[in-house]
Amino acid sequence: MSNQSVSGRPPSGLHYFLHKSRKALKTPMPYLAFIGIGIWLLSYFLLNEYWRVSPFYKVPGPVEVVTEWLNKDPIWGTSLFTQDYYINIWVSCRRIFIAFAIATGLGVPLGLFMGWSKKFKDYTFPILETLRPIPILAWVPLAIVMFAGFETPIIYLATLASFFVTALNTMLGVESIDESYFRAAGCLGSKKHHVFLNVVVPGALPFIFTGLQISIGVAWFSLVAAEMISGDFGLGYMIMDSFMVNKYTTMVMAMLTLGFVGWITSAMVRAAGNRMMQWRERALGQGGV
Amino acid sequence: MSATAAAVTGNGASGKGAISIRNVTKIYDPGGADVLALDDCSLEIASGEVCMIVGPSGCGKTTLLNAIAGFHSITEGQIDLDGEMLCGPGKELATQGADRVVVFQNGALFPWKTLAENVAYGPIVQGIMNKAEARDKAEALLAEAGLGGVADKYPGEVSSGMARRAEIVRALINDPKVLLLDEPYRAMDALTKSIMHESLLEVYDRTKVTIFFITHDLEEAIFLGDRVVVMTTRPARTKKIVDVKIDRPRDYRLLSSEEFRILVQETKEAVHEEAVKAFEAGERELA
Repeated sequence: MSNQSVSGRPPSGLHYFLHKSRKALKTPMPYLAFIGIGIWLLSYFLLNEYWRVSPFYKVPGPVEVVTEWLNKDPIWGTSLFTQDYYINIWVSCRRIFIAFAIATGLGVPLGLFMGWSKKFKDYTFPILETLRPIPILAWVPLAIVMFAGFETPIIYLATLASFFVTALNTMLGVESIDESYFRAAGCLGSKKHHVFLNVVVPGALPFIFTGLQISIGVAWFSLVAAEMISGDFGLGYMIMDSFMVNKYTTMVMAMLTLGFVGWITSAMVRAAGNRMMQWRERALGQGGV
Repeated sequence: MSATAAAVTGNGASGKGAISIRNVTKIYDPGGADVLALDDCSLEIASGEVCMIVGPSGCGKTTLLNAIAGFHSITEGQIDLDGEMLCGPGKELATQGADRVVVFQNGALFPWKTLAENVAYGPIVQGIMNKAEARDKAEALLAEAGLGGVADKYPGEVSSGMARRAEIVRALINDPKVLLLDEPYRAMDALTKSIMHESLLEVYDRTKVTIFFITHDLEEAIFLGDRVVVMTTRPARTKKIVDVKIDRPRDYRLLSSEEFRILVQETKEAVHEEAVKAFEAGERELA
Protein backbone atom coordinates (compact mmCIF):
# COMPACT_ATOMS: atom_id res chain seq x y z
CA MET A 1 0.00 0.00 0.00
CA SER A 2 2.04 2.92 -1.15
CA ASN A 3 0.83 6.44 -0.80
CA GLN A 4 3.86 8.28 -2.07
CA SER A 5 2.32 9.18 -5.38
CA VAL A 6 -0.60 10.96 -3.76
CA SER A 7 1.00 12.40 -0.65
CA GLY A 8 1.33 16.13 -0.02
CA ARG A 9 -1.40 18.63 0.38
CA PRO A 10 -2.81 20.13 -2.78
CA PRO A 11 -2.31 23.87 -3.31
CA SER A 12 -5.04 26.09 -1.95
CA GLY A 13 -6.11 29.72 -2.01
CA LEU A 14 -3.84 32.06 -3.92
CA HIS A 15 -1.36 29.29 -4.73
CA TYR A 16 -4.09 27.30 -6.34
CA PHE A 17 -5.17 30.34 -8.35
CA LEU A 18 -1.59 30.98 -9.54
CA HIS A 19 -1.13 27.31 -10.32
CA LYS A 20 -4.27 27.36 -12.43
CA SER A 21 -3.31 30.60 -14.19
CA ARG A 22 0.11 29.21 -15.11
CA LYS A 23 -1.51 26.09 -16.44
CA ALA A 24 -4.03 28.12 -18.43
CA LEU A 25 -1.27 30.12 -20.14
CA LYS A 26 0.22 26.85 -21.39
CA THR A 27 -3.01 25.99 -23.19
CA PRO A 28 -4.14 27.69 -26.40
CA MET A 29 -7.28 29.02 -24.65
CA PRO A 30 -6.16 32.59 -23.72
CA TYR A 31 -4.47 33.10 -27.09
CA LEU A 32 -7.48 31.86 -29.02
CA ALA A 33 -9.65 34.24 -27.02
CA PHE A 34 -7.39 37.11 -28.03
CA ILE A 35 -7.47 36.10 -31.67
CA GLY A 36 -11.27 35.78 -31.51
CA ILE A 37 -11.68 39.28 -30.13
CA GLY A 38 -9.20 40.54 -32.71
CA ILE A 39 -11.19 39.02 -35.56
CA TRP A 40 -14.40 40.52 -34.23
CA LEU A 41 -12.86 44.02 -33.90
CA LEU A 42 -11.32 43.77 -37.35
CA SER A 43 -14.60 42.80 -39.03
CA TYR A 44 -16.39 45.55 -37.10
CA PHE A 45 -13.80 48.01 -38.34
CA LEU A 46 -13.89 46.83 -41.95
CA LEU A 47 -17.68 46.79 -42.20
CA ASN A 48 -18.26 50.13 -40.45
CA GLU A 49 -15.36 52.36 -41.19
CA TYR A 50 -13.31 50.90 -44.02
CA TRP A 51 -15.75 49.45 -46.54
CA ARG A 52 -18.75 51.25 -45.00
CA VAL A 53 -21.18 48.46 -45.81
CA SER A 54 -24.90 49.20 -45.36
CA PRO A 55 -26.44 49.07 -42.75
CA PHE A 56 -23.32 48.93 -40.61
CA TYR A 57 -21.98 52.33 -41.57
CA LYS A 58 -24.98 53.93 -39.87
CA VAL A 59 -23.54 53.16 -36.45
CA PRO A 60 -20.23 54.44 -35.16
CA GLY A 61 -17.23 52.22 -35.87
CA PRO A 62 -14.65 50.94 -33.39
CA VAL A 63 -12.08 53.65 -34.02
CA GLU A 64 -14.64 56.38 -33.52
CA VAL A 65 -15.99 54.78 -30.33
CA VAL A 66 -12.57 54.11 -28.81
CA THR A 67 -11.34 57.61 -29.67
CA GLU A 68 -14.36 59.13 -27.98
CA TRP A 69 -14.02 56.75 -25.04
CA LEU A 70 -10.43 57.81 -24.42
CA ASN A 71 -11.04 61.48 -25.17
CA LYS A 72 -10.29 63.84 -22.30
CA ASP A 73 -12.62 66.33 -23.86
CA PRO A 74 -15.34 64.14 -25.44
CA ILE A 75 -17.28 65.47 -28.42
CA TRP A 76 -20.57 64.00 -27.17
CA GLY A 77 -19.99 64.75 -23.51
CA THR A 78 -19.20 61.30 -22.07
CA SER A 79 -15.93 59.35 -21.85
CA LEU A 80 -13.61 57.61 -19.41
CA PHE A 81 -12.69 61.07 -18.13
CA THR A 82 -16.16 62.35 -17.30
CA GLN A 83 -17.94 61.82 -14.03
CA ASP A 84 -21.36 60.95 -15.42
CA TYR A 85 -19.91 57.81 -17.05
CA TYR A 86 -18.92 56.43 -13.65
CA ILE A 87 -22.14 57.55 -12.01
CA ASN A 88 -24.11 55.53 -14.54
CA ILE A 89 -21.93 52.45 -14.02
CA TRP A 90 -22.08 52.82 -10.24
CA VAL A 91 -25.87 53.27 -10.17
CA SER A 92 -26.45 50.18 -12.32
CA CYS A 93 -23.98 48.06 -10.35
CA ARG A 94 -25.50 49.10 -7.05
CA ARG A 95 -28.97 48.17 -8.28
CA ILE A 96 -27.70 44.83 -9.56
CA PHE A 97 -25.97 44.12 -6.31
CA ILE A 98 -29.08 44.83 -4.25
CA ALA A 99 -31.38 42.91 -6.60
CA PHE A 100 -29.05 39.94 -6.85
CA ALA A 101 -28.54 39.82 -3.08
CA ILE A 102 -32.29 39.87 -2.36
CA ALA A 103 -33.04 37.34 -5.10
CA THR A 104 -30.32 34.97 -3.89
CA GLY A 105 -31.21 35.43 -0.24
CA LEU A 106 -34.82 34.50 -0.90
CA GLY A 107 -34.48 32.21 -3.90
CA VAL A 108 -31.85 29.82 -2.58
CA PRO A 109 -33.62 28.98 0.71
CA LEU A 110 -36.97 28.70 -1.06
CA GLY A 111 -35.49 26.38 -3.68
CA LEU A 112 -33.72 24.28 -1.04
CA PHE A 113 -36.93 23.72 0.89
CA MET A 114 -38.91 23.05 -2.27
CA GLY A 115 -36.43 20.42 -3.33
CA TRP A 116 -36.17 18.90 0.09
CA SER A 117 -39.79 18.76 1.20
CA LYS A 118 -42.36 17.29 -1.14
CA LYS A 119 -45.14 18.92 0.83
CA PHE A 120 -43.57 22.35 0.68
CA LYS A 121 -43.07 21.93 -3.05
CA ASP A 122 -46.69 20.96 -3.53
CA TYR A 123 -47.72 24.21 -1.85
CA THR A 124 -45.34 26.56 -3.60
CA PHE A 125 -44.48 25.15 -6.99
CA PRO A 126 -47.81 25.98 -8.71
CA ILE A 127 -47.50 29.63 -7.63
CA LEU A 128 -43.93 29.82 -8.89
CA GLU A 129 -44.81 28.15 -12.16
CA THR A 130 -47.68 30.56 -12.78
CA LEU A 131 -45.70 33.71 -12.07
CA ARG A 132 -42.42 32.64 -13.67
CA PRO A 133 -43.55 32.66 -17.34
CA ILE A 134 -44.83 36.25 -17.11
CA PRO A 135 -42.17 38.21 -19.02
CA ILE A 136 -40.41 40.78 -16.92
CA LEU A 137 -41.52 43.61 -19.20
CA ALA A 138 -45.12 42.76 -18.35
CA TRP A 139 -44.33 43.59 -14.73
CA VAL A 140 -43.16 47.12 -15.55
CA PRO A 141 -46.52 48.94 -15.22
CA LEU A 142 -47.28 47.05 -12.02
CA ALA A 143 -43.89 47.99 -10.60
CA ILE A 144 -44.51 51.64 -11.41
CA VAL A 145 -47.97 51.53 -9.82
CA MET A 146 -46.65 49.80 -6.71
CA PHE A 147 -43.53 51.81 -6.01
CA ALA A 148 -42.78 55.49 -6.15
CA GLY A 149 -39.64 56.97 -7.65
CA PHE A 150 -37.10 55.34 -9.96
CA GLU A 151 -34.98 53.21 -7.68
CA THR A 152 -37.43 50.78 -6.09
CA PRO A 153 -39.37 49.72 -9.22
CA ILE A 154 -36.13 49.07 -11.12
CA ILE A 155 -34.63 46.98 -8.32
CA TYR A 156 -37.95 45.20 -7.89
CA LEU A 157 -37.99 44.14 -11.54
CA ALA A 158 -34.39 42.94 -11.54
CA THR A 159 -34.97 41.06 -8.30
CA LEU A 160 -38.08 39.37 -9.58
CA ALA A 161 -36.43 38.01 -12.72
CA SER A 162 -33.39 36.83 -10.84
CA PHE A 163 -35.42 35.26 -8.04
CA PHE A 164 -37.40 32.87 -10.25
CA VAL A 165 -34.27 31.55 -11.94
CA THR A 166 -32.45 31.05 -8.66
CA ALA A 167 -35.34 29.34 -6.89
CA LEU A 168 -36.01 26.96 -9.76
CA ASN A 169 -32.38 25.98 -10.27
CA THR A 170 -31.84 25.46 -6.56
CA MET A 171 -34.87 23.19 -6.41
CA LEU A 172 -33.63 21.18 -9.37
CA GLY A 173 -30.24 21.04 -7.68
CA VAL A 174 -31.67 19.36 -4.60
CA GLU A 175 -33.68 16.98 -6.73
CA SER A 176 -30.55 16.03 -8.66
CA ILE A 177 -28.73 14.76 -5.56
CA ASP A 178 -28.14 11.03 -5.71
CA GLU A 179 -30.42 9.15 -3.33
CA SER A 180 -27.48 7.17 -1.97
CA TYR A 181 -26.06 10.27 -0.26
CA PHE A 182 -29.29 10.66 1.68
CA ARG A 183 -29.19 6.98 2.55
CA ALA A 184 -25.56 7.15 3.58
CA ALA A 185 -26.32 10.14 5.80
CA GLY A 186 -29.24 8.23 7.28
CA CYS A 187 -27.32 5.11 8.14
CA LEU A 188 -24.51 7.16 9.68
CA GLY A 189 -26.97 8.44 12.25
CA SER A 190 -27.90 11.89 10.88
CA LYS A 191 -30.82 13.90 12.14
CA LYS A 192 -32.87 15.97 9.71
CA HIS A 193 -30.89 19.16 10.13
CA HIS A 194 -27.63 17.27 9.57
CA VAL A 195 -28.97 15.96 6.29
CA PHE A 196 -30.01 19.45 5.29
CA LEU A 197 -26.65 21.03 6.07
CA ASN A 198 -24.39 18.17 4.95
CA VAL A 199 -26.23 16.73 1.97
CA VAL A 200 -28.94 19.06 0.68
CA VAL A 201 -26.97 22.31 0.70
CA PRO A 202 -23.59 21.11 -0.62
CA GLY A 203 -25.22 18.67 -3.01
CA ALA A 204 -27.29 21.41 -4.60
CA LEU A 205 -24.38 23.88 -4.87
CA PRO A 206 -23.37 23.05 -8.45
CA PHE A 207 -26.90 23.71 -9.69
CA ILE A 208 -27.25 26.74 -7.44
CA PHE A 209 -24.21 28.36 -8.99
CA THR A 210 -25.27 27.49 -12.51
CA GLY A 211 -28.55 29.16 -11.59
CA LEU A 212 -26.82 32.20 -10.13
CA GLN A 213 -24.82 32.71 -13.31
CA ILE A 214 -28.00 32.71 -15.34
CA SER A 215 -29.75 34.79 -12.70
CA ILE A 216 -27.21 37.59 -12.74
CA GLY A 217 -27.51 37.74 -16.52
CA VAL A 218 -31.28 37.90 -16.25
CA ALA A 219 -30.95 40.59 -13.57
CA TRP A 220 -28.89 42.75 -15.95
CA PHE A 221 -31.39 42.16 -18.70
CA SER A 222 -34.36 43.31 -16.64
CA LEU A 223 -32.41 46.14 -15.06
CA VAL A 224 -31.48 47.64 -18.39
CA ALA A 225 -35.00 47.17 -19.73
CA ALA A 226 -36.38 48.94 -16.66
CA GLU A 227 -33.81 51.72 -16.83
CA MET A 228 -34.62 52.29 -20.48
CA ILE A 229 -38.33 52.63 -19.74
CA SER A 230 -38.16 54.63 -16.56
CA GLY A 231 -34.80 55.73 -15.31
CA ASP A 232 -32.80 58.67 -14.09
CA PHE A 233 -29.32 57.14 -14.17
CA GLY A 234 -27.72 53.85 -15.07
CA LEU A 235 -26.31 52.23 -18.19
CA GLY A 236 -29.74 51.41 -19.60
CA TYR A 237 -30.75 55.01 -19.16
CA MET A 238 -27.48 56.12 -20.77
CA ILE A 239 -28.23 54.02 -23.85
CA MET A 240 -31.78 55.30 -24.20
CA ASP A 241 -30.87 58.89 -23.41
CA SER A 242 -28.04 59.07 -25.95
CA PHE A 243 -30.26 57.39 -28.56
CA MET A 244 -32.93 60.06 -28.04
CA VAL A 245 -30.49 62.89 -28.71
CA ASN A 246 -28.63 61.08 -31.52
CA LYS A 247 -25.40 60.56 -29.55
CA TYR A 248 -24.78 57.15 -31.15
CA THR A 249 -21.14 57.01 -30.14
CA THR A 250 -22.06 57.34 -26.49
CA MET A 251 -24.79 54.74 -27.02
CA VAL A 252 -22.35 52.13 -28.35
CA MET A 253 -19.93 53.01 -25.58
CA ALA A 254 -22.64 52.31 -23.00
CA MET A 255 -23.48 49.01 -24.70
CA LEU A 256 -19.88 47.85 -24.65
CA THR A 257 -19.55 48.97 -21.04
CA LEU A 258 -22.59 46.86 -20.17
CA GLY A 259 -20.92 43.92 -21.85
CA PHE A 260 -17.75 44.33 -19.81
CA VAL A 261 -19.48 44.95 -16.52
CA GLY A 262 -21.84 42.04 -17.08
CA TRP A 263 -18.92 39.79 -17.89
CA ILE A 264 -17.10 40.84 -14.71
CA THR A 265 -20.14 40.19 -12.54
CA SER A 266 -20.67 36.71 -13.90
CA ALA A 267 -16.95 35.99 -13.54
CA MET A 268 -17.29 36.99 -9.89
CA VAL A 269 -20.20 34.62 -9.41
CA ARG A 270 -18.20 31.86 -11.09
CA ALA A 271 -15.18 32.55 -8.90
CA ALA A 272 -17.33 32.46 -5.76
CA GLY A 273 -18.77 29.16 -6.92
CA ASN A 274 -15.36 27.64 -7.56
CA ARG A 275 -14.23 28.79 -4.18
CA MET A 276 -17.18 27.21 -2.43
CA MET A 277 -16.86 24.00 -4.44
CA GLN A 278 -13.18 23.21 -4.12
CA TRP A 279 -14.09 19.53 -4.08
CA ARG A 280 -15.53 19.83 -7.55
CA GLU A 281 -12.72 21.97 -8.90
CA ARG A 282 -10.07 19.57 -7.69
CA ALA A 283 -11.87 16.48 -8.88
CA LEU A 284 -12.33 18.05 -12.31
CA GLY A 285 -8.67 18.96 -12.30
CA GLN A 286 -7.93 15.26 -11.90
CA GLY A 287 -10.24 14.31 -14.69
CA GLY A 288 -12.73 12.79 -12.25
CA VAL A 289 -16.26 13.84 -11.46
CA MET B 1 -39.08 -22.16 2.54
CA SER B 2 -36.89 -21.56 5.50
CA ALA B 3 -33.24 -22.10 6.04
CA THR B 4 -31.56 -21.68 9.35
CA ALA B 5 -27.90 -21.69 10.04
CA ALA B 6 -27.09 -24.69 12.13
CA ALA B 7 -23.50 -23.85 12.79
CA VAL B 8 -21.51 -20.85 11.88
CA THR B 9 -18.03 -21.45 10.68
CA GLY B 10 -16.87 -17.93 11.42
CA ASN B 11 -14.27 -17.87 14.14
CA GLY B 12 -14.89 -16.02 17.34
CA ALA B 13 -18.22 -14.24 17.30
CA SER B 14 -18.26 -10.86 18.96
CA GLY B 15 -21.67 -11.48 20.46
CA LYS B 16 -23.48 -8.79 18.53
CA GLY B 17 -24.89 -8.34 15.09
CA ALA B 18 -27.03 -11.48 14.77
CA ILE B 19 -29.67 -10.93 12.10
CA SER B 20 -32.80 -12.99 11.97
CA ILE B 21 -34.87 -12.70 8.81
CA ARG B 22 -38.15 -14.57 9.13
CA ASN B 23 -40.70 -15.10 6.38
CA VAL B 24 -40.10 -11.71 4.83
CA THR B 25 -42.24 -10.77 1.86
CA LYS B 26 -41.93 -7.57 -0.11
CA ILE B 27 -44.36 -6.42 -2.75
CA TYR B 28 -43.39 -3.45 -4.85
CA ASP B 29 -46.05 -1.41 -6.52
CA PRO B 30 -44.52 0.35 -9.46
CA GLY B 31 -47.31 1.84 -11.55
CA GLY B 32 -50.21 -0.28 -10.35
CA ALA B 33 -48.85 -3.73 -11.05
CA ASP B 34 -47.69 -5.51 -7.93
CA VAL B 35 -44.27 -7.08 -8.16
CA LEU B 36 -43.25 -9.70 -5.66
CA ALA B 37 -39.60 -9.05 -4.87
CA LEU B 38 -39.17 -11.22 -1.78
CA ASP B 39 -41.37 -14.21 -1.11
CA ASP B 40 -41.38 -15.72 2.36
CA CYS B 41 -37.65 -15.32 2.65
CA SER B 42 -35.95 -16.55 5.80
CA LEU B 43 -32.33 -16.46 6.85
CA GLU B 44 -30.45 -16.54 10.13
CA ILE B 45 -27.12 -14.79 10.26
CA ALA B 46 -25.02 -15.33 13.37
CA SER B 47 -23.05 -12.55 14.96
CA GLY B 48 -19.62 -12.21 13.46
CA GLU B 49 -20.57 -14.15 10.36
CA VAL B 50 -19.58 -13.16 6.86
CA CYS B 51 -22.73 -13.94 4.93
CA MET B 52 -22.47 -13.65 1.16
CA ILE B 53 -25.67 -13.29 -0.86
CA VAL B 54 -25.57 -14.32 -4.51
CA GLY B 55 -28.33 -14.63 -7.04
CA PRO B 56 -29.40 -13.54 -10.50
CA SER B 57 -29.58 -9.84 -11.32
CA GLY B 58 -32.65 -8.16 -9.95
CA CYS B 59 -33.74 -11.10 -7.85
CA GLY B 60 -34.30 -9.04 -4.73
CA LYS B 61 -30.95 -9.19 -2.95
CA THR B 62 -30.78 -5.43 -2.62
CA THR B 63 -34.40 -5.36 -1.51
CA LEU B 64 -33.38 -7.48 1.45
CA LEU B 65 -30.45 -5.21 2.24
CA ASN B 66 -32.68 -2.14 1.96
CA ALA B 67 -35.13 -3.67 4.41
CA ILE B 68 -32.39 -4.34 6.97
CA ALA B 69 -30.92 -0.84 6.53
CA GLY B 70 -34.31 0.85 6.75
CA PHE B 71 -34.39 2.25 3.23
CA HIS B 72 -37.45 0.25 2.20
CA SER B 73 -40.37 -1.22 4.09
CA ILE B 74 -41.33 -4.87 4.08
CA THR B 75 -44.82 -6.17 3.38
CA GLU B 76 -44.85 -9.20 5.67
CA GLY B 77 -42.54 -11.03 8.05
CA GLN B 78 -40.03 -9.74 10.53
CA ILE B 79 -36.36 -8.85 10.74
CA ASP B 80 -34.58 -8.82 14.11
CA LEU B 81 -31.15 -7.61 15.07
CA ASP B 82 -29.80 -9.20 18.25
CA GLY B 83 -33.31 -10.18 19.30
CA GLU B 84 -34.78 -6.72 18.80
CA MET B 85 -37.25 -6.16 16.02
CA LEU B 86 -35.98 -3.87 13.27
CA CYS B 87 -39.08 -4.18 11.20
CA GLY B 88 -42.09 -6.45 11.32
CA PRO B 89 -45.76 -6.41 12.19
CA GLY B 90 -46.81 -2.85 13.04
CA LYS B 91 -43.49 -1.37 11.94
CA GLU B 92 -42.92 -1.92 8.26
CA LEU B 93 -39.90 0.31 7.93
CA ALA B 94 -36.79 -0.15 10.07
CA THR B 95 -35.34 2.98 11.64
CA GLN B 96 -32.03 3.85 10.01
CA GLY B 97 -29.14 3.79 12.39
CA ALA B 98 -25.39 3.60 12.67
CA ASP B 99 -25.52 0.04 14.01
CA ARG B 100 -26.10 -1.09 10.41
CA VAL B 101 -23.92 0.88 8.04
CA VAL B 102 -24.19 0.39 4.29
CA VAL B 103 -21.37 0.51 1.76
CA PHE B 104 -22.99 1.34 -1.56
CA GLN B 105 -22.61 -0.16 -4.99
CA ASN B 106 -21.41 3.04 -6.63
CA GLY B 107 -19.83 4.51 -3.55
CA ALA B 108 -21.50 7.17 -1.50
CA LEU B 109 -18.72 9.11 0.14
CA PHE B 110 -19.89 12.72 0.20
CA PRO B 111 -17.94 14.26 -2.69
CA TRP B 112 -17.95 17.65 -0.93
CA LYS B 113 -16.12 16.35 2.13
CA THR B 114 -12.53 15.17 2.32
CA LEU B 115 -11.94 11.54 3.21
CA ALA B 116 -11.17 12.52 6.81
CA GLU B 117 -14.32 14.66 7.02
CA ASN B 118 -16.34 11.80 5.59
CA VAL B 119 -15.02 9.37 8.17
CA ALA B 120 -15.47 11.83 11.03
CA TYR B 121 -19.06 12.55 10.00
CA GLY B 122 -20.84 9.68 11.79
CA PRO B 123 -19.50 10.22 15.33
CA ILE B 124 -20.04 13.99 15.01
CA VAL B 125 -23.69 13.85 13.97
CA GLN B 126 -24.44 11.17 16.53
CA GLY B 127 -22.95 13.44 19.18
CA ILE B 128 -20.50 10.79 20.31
CA MET B 129 -17.39 12.87 19.68
CA ASN B 130 -16.66 16.53 19.17
CA LYS B 131 -15.17 17.68 15.90
CA ALA B 132 -11.54 17.54 17.00
CA GLU B 133 -11.85 14.07 18.54
CA ALA B 134 -13.66 12.70 15.53
CA ARG B 135 -11.09 14.20 13.23
CA ASP B 136 -8.20 12.61 15.16
CA LYS B 137 -9.92 9.25 15.25
CA ALA B 138 -10.72 9.49 11.53
CA GLU B 139 -7.13 10.28 10.66
CA ALA B 140 -5.85 7.44 12.79
CA LEU B 141 -8.25 4.94 11.21
CA LEU B 142 -7.47 6.15 7.70
CA ALA B 143 -3.76 5.81 8.39
CA GLU B 144 -4.37 2.29 9.66
CA ALA B 145 -6.09 1.49 6.38
CA GLY B 146 -3.12 2.86 4.43
CA LEU B 147 -4.95 6.06 3.53
CA GLY B 148 -3.04 8.45 5.75
CA GLY B 149 -1.56 10.29 2.79
CA VAL B 150 -4.91 11.04 1.19
CA ALA B 151 -6.95 11.95 4.28
CA ASP B 152 -7.25 15.56 3.09
CA LYS B 153 -8.21 14.70 -0.46
CA TYR B 154 -11.71 14.75 -1.81
CA PRO B 155 -13.23 11.46 -3.00
CA GLY B 156 -13.11 12.68 -6.60
CA GLU B 157 -9.33 12.97 -6.34
CA VAL B 158 -8.55 9.41 -5.30
CA SER B 159 -8.92 6.06 -7.05
CA SER B 160 -12.14 4.11 -6.73
CA GLY B 161 -10.31 1.49 -4.67
CA MET B 162 -9.13 4.07 -2.16
CA ALA B 163 -12.56 5.67 -2.03
CA ARG B 164 -14.21 2.34 -1.32
CA ARG B 165 -11.72 1.53 1.38
CA ALA B 166 -12.34 4.94 2.94
CA GLU B 167 -16.07 4.23 2.82
CA ILE B 168 -15.52 1.06 4.81
CA VAL B 169 -13.47 3.06 7.32
CA ARG B 170 -16.34 5.57 7.49
CA ALA B 171 -18.64 2.70 8.39
CA LEU B 172 -16.30 1.10 10.93
CA ILE B 173 -15.66 4.27 12.94
CA ASN B 174 -19.23 3.90 14.21
CA ASP B 175 -18.45 0.44 15.55
CA PRO B 176 -21.49 -0.99 13.75
CA LYS B 177 -23.04 -4.34 14.58
CA VAL B 178 -23.47 -5.14 10.91
CA LEU B 179 -21.72 -4.01 7.78
CA LEU B 180 -24.04 -4.13 4.78
CA LEU B 181 -22.20 -4.20 1.47
CA ASP B 182 -24.08 -3.95 -1.80
CA GLU B 183 -21.74 -5.18 -4.53
CA PRO B 184 -19.09 -2.73 -3.43
CA TYR B 185 -16.41 -3.99 -5.78
CA ARG B 186 -18.58 -4.53 -8.84
CA ALA B 187 -17.01 -1.95 -11.12
CA MET B 188 -13.41 -2.73 -10.21
CA ASP B 189 -10.76 -4.49 -12.20
CA ALA B 190 -9.56 -7.87 -10.98
CA LEU B 191 -6.31 -6.60 -9.50
CA THR B 192 -7.89 -3.80 -7.48
CA LYS B 193 -10.56 -6.22 -6.42
CA SER B 194 -8.03 -8.64 -4.98
CA ILE B 195 -6.46 -5.82 -2.96
CA MET B 196 -9.90 -4.82 -1.72
CA HIS B 197 -10.62 -8.41 -0.68
CA GLU B 198 -7.44 -8.67 1.33
CA SER B 199 -8.11 -5.38 3.05
CA LEU B 200 -11.69 -6.38 3.87
CA LEU B 201 -10.50 -9.70 5.30
CA GLU B 202 -7.94 -7.85 7.35
CA VAL B 203 -10.67 -5.56 8.70
CA TYR B 204 -12.87 -8.55 9.44
CA ASP B 205 -10.17 -10.46 11.27
CA ARG B 206 -9.62 -7.40 13.45
CA THR B 207 -13.23 -6.41 14.16
CA LYS B 208 -15.25 -9.59 13.67
CA VAL B 209 -18.15 -7.44 12.57
CA THR B 210 -21.11 -9.25 11.02
CA ILE B 211 -20.95 -8.80 7.26
CA PHE B 212 -23.90 -8.99 4.89
CA PHE B 213 -22.36 -8.89 1.45
CA ILE B 214 -24.20 -8.93 -1.87
CA THR B 215 -22.23 -9.98 -4.92
CA HIS B 216 -22.39 -11.51 -8.38
CA ASP B 217 -18.87 -12.78 -8.20
CA LEU B 218 -18.88 -16.38 -6.97
CA GLU B 219 -15.15 -16.56 -6.36
CA GLU B 220 -15.41 -13.43 -4.29
CA ALA B 221 -18.28 -14.99 -2.38
CA ILE B 222 -16.39 -18.18 -1.50
CA PHE B 223 -13.14 -16.38 -0.81
CA LEU B 224 -14.64 -13.95 1.68
CA GLY B 225 -17.63 -15.74 3.12
CA ASP B 226 -18.43 -18.13 5.93
CA ARG B 227 -21.60 -19.02 4.12
CA VAL B 228 -22.83 -18.30 0.64
CA VAL B 229 -26.58 -17.91 0.32
CA VAL B 230 -27.85 -18.56 -3.20
CA MET B 231 -31.14 -16.78 -3.87
CA THR B 232 -33.73 -17.88 -6.40
CA THR B 233 -34.80 -15.66 -9.23
CA ARG B 234 -37.56 -13.18 -8.40
CA PRO B 235 -39.40 -13.52 -6.11
CA ALA B 236 -36.32 -14.24 -4.04
CA ARG B 237 -36.15 -17.10 -1.59
CA THR B 238 -33.10 -18.84 -0.25
CA LYS B 239 -32.35 -21.65 -2.66
CA LYS B 240 -29.18 -23.11 -1.30
CA ILE B 241 -26.69 -22.34 1.40
CA VAL B 242 -23.07 -23.28 0.83
CA ASP B 243 -20.96 -23.59 3.97
CA VAL B 244 -17.42 -22.45 3.40
CA LYS B 245 -15.44 -24.40 5.95
CA ILE B 246 -12.10 -22.85 5.19
CA ASP B 247 -9.93 -21.56 8.00
CA ARG B 248 -9.14 -17.91 8.49
CA PRO B 249 -7.01 -15.94 8.00
CA ARG B 250 -7.29 -16.62 4.29
CA ASP B 251 -5.00 -15.49 1.55
CA TYR B 252 -4.71 -15.74 -2.19
CA ARG B 253 -3.16 -19.20 -2.27
CA LEU B 254 -6.63 -20.39 -1.42
CA LEU B 255 -7.87 -19.48 -4.89
CA SER B 256 -5.92 -22.26 -6.54
CA SER B 257 -6.85 -24.96 -4.03
CA GLU B 258 -9.02 -27.93 -4.94
CA GLU B 259 -11.33 -27.29 -2.01
CA PHE B 260 -12.02 -23.79 -3.29
CA ARG B 261 -12.73 -24.95 -6.82
CA ILE B 262 -15.22 -27.53 -5.64
CA LEU B 263 -17.11 -24.93 -3.61
CA VAL B 264 -17.19 -22.49 -6.51
CA GLN B 265 -18.47 -25.23 -8.80
CA GLU B 266 -21.18 -26.20 -6.34
CA THR B 267 -22.35 -22.60 -6.02
CA LYS B 268 -22.13 -22.00 -9.73
CA GLU B 269 -24.49 -24.84 -10.51
CA ALA B 270 -27.11 -23.48 -8.14
CA VAL B 271 -26.78 -19.92 -9.41
CA HIS B 272 -26.69 -20.91 -13.05
CA GLU B 273 -30.03 -22.65 -12.83
CA GLU B 274 -31.59 -19.49 -11.42
CA ALA B 275 -29.81 -17.23 -13.86
CA VAL B 276 -31.27 -19.21 -16.76
CA LYS B 277 -34.74 -18.90 -15.26
CA ALA B 278 -34.28 -15.17 -14.75
CA PHE B 279 -33.00 -14.72 -18.28
CA GLU B 280 -35.89 -16.64 -19.77
CA ALA B 281 -38.38 -14.66 -17.72
CA GLY B 282 -36.70 -11.57 -19.17
CA GLU B 283 -37.78 -9.40 -16.30
CA ARG B 284 -36.35 -6.00 -15.81
CA GLU B 285 -34.05 -5.64 -12.85
CA LEU B 286 -35.42 -3.92 -9.80
CA ALA B 287 -33.42 -1.04 -8.55
